[in-house]
Amino acid sequence: MTLNNLLSGNNIRFLPVAIAFVALIMIGNPSIWVTLTVAGLAMGMMIFLMASGLSLIFGLMDVMNFSHSAFVAFGAFIAASVLGRLSGWNESDSVLLNMLALFSALGAAMVFGMIAGWFFEKVIIKPVYQDHLRQILITVGALIVSEQLILVIWGGVPINVARPQFLQSSFIIGDISIEIYRVFAVFLGTAAFIVLHLTLNRTRIGLLVRAGVENREMVEALGFKVERLFIGVFVVGSGLAALGGAMWAGYETLITPEIGAHMMISIFVVVIIGGLGSIEGSLLGALILGLVGNYMAFLFPKMALATNMLVMIVILMWRPYGLRPMVKS
Amino acid sequence: MVWGIVIVIWLGLALSPFLFHDVRSQQVAARICVFIVLVASYDLLIGYTGIVSFAHTIFFGLGAYGAATALRHMGPGWDAIVIGGGIGIVMAVILAIFIGLLSLRVKAIFFTMVTLAVASVAVVLVSQFSDFTGGEDGITYKVPKLFKPATKLLVDDDGHVVRWLGTKLNGKLAAFYSVFCMSLLLYLAMIRIVNSPLGTVLKAVRENETRAEAIGYRVVTYRTLVFCISAVFAAIAGIIYAVWLKYTGPETVLSFSINIDILLMVVIGGMGTMSGAVIGVVLLNLAQYYLRDIMQLGAEATANLPLIPELLNPDRWLLWLGLSFILLVYFFPAGIAGTMLKPRVK
Amino acid sequence: MRQDILTLDNVCADIAQYHILHDINLNIPKGGVHVLLGRNGAGKTTTLRTIMGVLHAHSGSIKFDGQDITKYHSSDIAQMGVAYVPENMGIFGGLTVEENLRLAANKGKFDPVRLKRIYTLFPAIEKFWDKAAWSLSGGQKQMLAIARAIIEPRKLILIDEPTKGLAPSIIDNMIEAFHEFAKETTILLVEQNFHFASSLGETVNVVEDGKIIHSGDMKEFAQDKDLQTRLLSLSLDQHQ
Repeated sequence: MTLNNLLSGNNIRFLPVAIAFVALIMIGNPSIWVTLTVAGLAMGMMIFLMASGLSLIFGLMDVMNFSHSAFVAFGAFIAASVLGRLSGWNESDSVLLNMLALFSALGAAMVFGMIAGWFFEKVIIKPVYQDHLRQILITVGALIVSEQLILVIWGGVPINVARPQFLQSSFIIGDISIEIYRVFAVFLGTAAFIVLHLTLNRTRIGLLVRAGVENREMVEALGFKVERLFIGVFVVGSGLAALGGAMWAGYETLITPEIGAHMMISIFVVVIIGGLGSIEGSLLGALILGLVGNYMAFLFPKMALATNMLVMIVILMWRPYGLRPMVKS
Repeated sequence: MVWGIVIVIWLGLALSPFLFHDVRSQQVAARICVFIVLVASYDLLIGYTGIVSFAHTIFFGLGAYGAATALRHMGPGWDAIVIGGGIGIVMAVILAIFIGLLSLRVKAIFFTMVTLAVASVAVVLVSQFSDFTGGEDGITYKVPKLFKPATKLLVDDDGHVVRWLGTKLNGKLAAFYSVFCMSLLLYLAMIRIVNSPLGTVLKAVRENETRAEAIGYRVVTYRTLVFCISAVFAAIAGIIYAVWLKYTGPETVLSFSINIDILLMVVIGGMGTMSGAVIGVVLLNLAQYYLRDIMQLGAEATANLPLIPELLNPDRWLLWLGLSFILLVYFFPAGIAGTMLKPRVK
Repeated sequence: MRQDILTLDNVCADIAQYHILHDINLNIPKGGVHVLLGRNGAGKTTTLRTIMGVLHAHSGSIKFDGQDITKYHSSDIAQMGVAYVPENMGIFGGLTVEENLRLAANKGKFDPVRLKRIYTLFPAIEKFWDKAAWSLSGGQKQMLAIARAIIEPRKLILIDEPTKGLAPSIIDNMIEAFHEFAKETTILLVEQNFHFASSLGETVNVVEDGKIIHSGDMKEFAQDKDLQTRLLSLSLDQHQ
């Protein structure tokens, strides 16, 4: 059985497990490995939140939004501001108040992302459907404008993000320590994936989205307006990106206006290696990126910055259309 | 009309050492010359293939770093520029072939994302191999003696450098005119290329790929050829810039923001026009200086109002440029030159 | 005189900068199978796509069931009771056979009587009900595409070359099936296979270079070898 056979079809979903296993052998020290793995999964889940929407947006309408990372950046800064305002709740000993602060921050980011996404789709994207060149140009223009707006509103200085009290500490099991925030990030990402997965596979709207990703024209010829569907997908995708940004802000605890630009490459790499238009692919790609990034930082610190690229090259050489490409008819 | 503006701009650049005597204007004029070549080479790519690449600064950087490392290690000779620059050009061509072939395997928009990732890695590589590239700090080096400010091109009877219309005829002037002449030659060469039979084929490919293929043009070959030509011009522009600045670093030749800048310049000037490159470069450089001044005035005038002074802060000039860029792409996708060149509808 | 369900009046349409349809005039009577013939590249597929609203005519008008649908979005045309089976069948490979059909069923609910009839006509649909559609054979995909068109009552079905690449035995099955459908709906068929076209068609329209160059009765056309040779430049018998 060749490696390719082993990793074909459904087995591909075990690729992150295989990577983690190889890393365990290379690292040797289980407690370090656990810490790195949890960090990798947490990062992966947050990147998944940011990338999944973009992948669907592209899959459904062939629309590429180069300013998708702006939603991430706005999400991060809004969450930081809300947590700053609610510092009383945030620092309180009551877990309930902590959670209230946290969910207000995440909720505010997500709601903003959705409203901004709606506006963005209507004003920026809609006039240039079907025209890739102008889509790229206009969304690059929008990226510039939104980065500048962040500078206008929040200034050019890095901002501290206060994590809620109950997510501050770590679980200690033997000599292994696991940050609670990371576990929370994994939990939230998993929940988002499950909701997305069920929506896509168990509902009529999900069926339409999946069909639309494959062949938009035929879905329209069956009597559906894909553009309306698309606005919905765009709004949800933007909201998820902002949510991912908000989570990332809490993860990093110090954010700069460049956060969007930093995440942009990772988001694109995940969308590319996952296969455009596929939620499962985005999840796989994001987890692989998160895990490999953390293992590399420990094993080969010099190479860590090039992780994104290495992962992308290896996967594209092996599967030019990504891990889970959608069937395009 | 458009070409009239282009000629006036080149004339202005030619006379700039005698029109403006400050060092800064000289720097801006030389930068404009180099960027015209860089932007025109980028226009070959976008305007004649419809593909947006964010990896174009890599070609520029390869030329610049090639010349820079050679000048540093071999000393300030012409041979260093030729050898180092030559290696840079060859590497640029190899990369261009690779990227060109890749672009055929994947969709245009996918390709743009890949180039973005490639460009980010180039910046990482430069900072990681700092022994060779100087990392974030870049490399400084000496250039051939002719270009040194202390070199006297013409001396009067007392041995002082001759002034003509108030400008010293020294090595700095020689350097500027070398930049100017090289840039002009390269620019004319590119105009020649797009007006040659090759340019006609490229236009046919841009208009309709399938049809061009059907007529018998190998789209693969031509597109890769455009990538190579464009890469060579960008690399040469990089060499010129490296020699002029006597310094090469990620911020001057490789950063993502340079690629954004040249994208804005091409689009604002007019894609696929060549004349647009000149207009775009000049306009953006002027905007960079004058838009700030205007915004400064605006910010002072509105200092008592909330938020508005922040929006008019001169450092936020990109905000307004970005907005105008979006509007331009909506309403005048052909850019300034493209819109002016378009035959009037009768 | 029978009423026309579909009328095309001087319809012109472009794809990119190319004029594909120059002046299409077409009258399709209500009920029965009507055939569009023509050489490759004559504009048959474009005609169907323009009727369906996938492409839009830049001049001329299209009337369906008494309504002007020239400017309508293809989803609205579908809602009015037009089904479209494109040349590539438009099957969603990533979806199951059931999901493919469910998309076409009104509000996602199947009419048991119709479903039963589809099972009888195309047993493969029932057999592969839960399978992903990409795993079907070419003929089975074609059947799924047609099943999708008849899962709801339609006023007009546009079908583009359903016999392309199919084995002769399957084609004979399909002729039978089409006779069945034609009792309750109108079918506009683009076809290269003359045997198939002539055994089903009531009327025939020949497209050439974006224009209709002949309209008439199918039986007469099938007998007139000279006309066939002249209009289609080769005897269609060779096509079988």
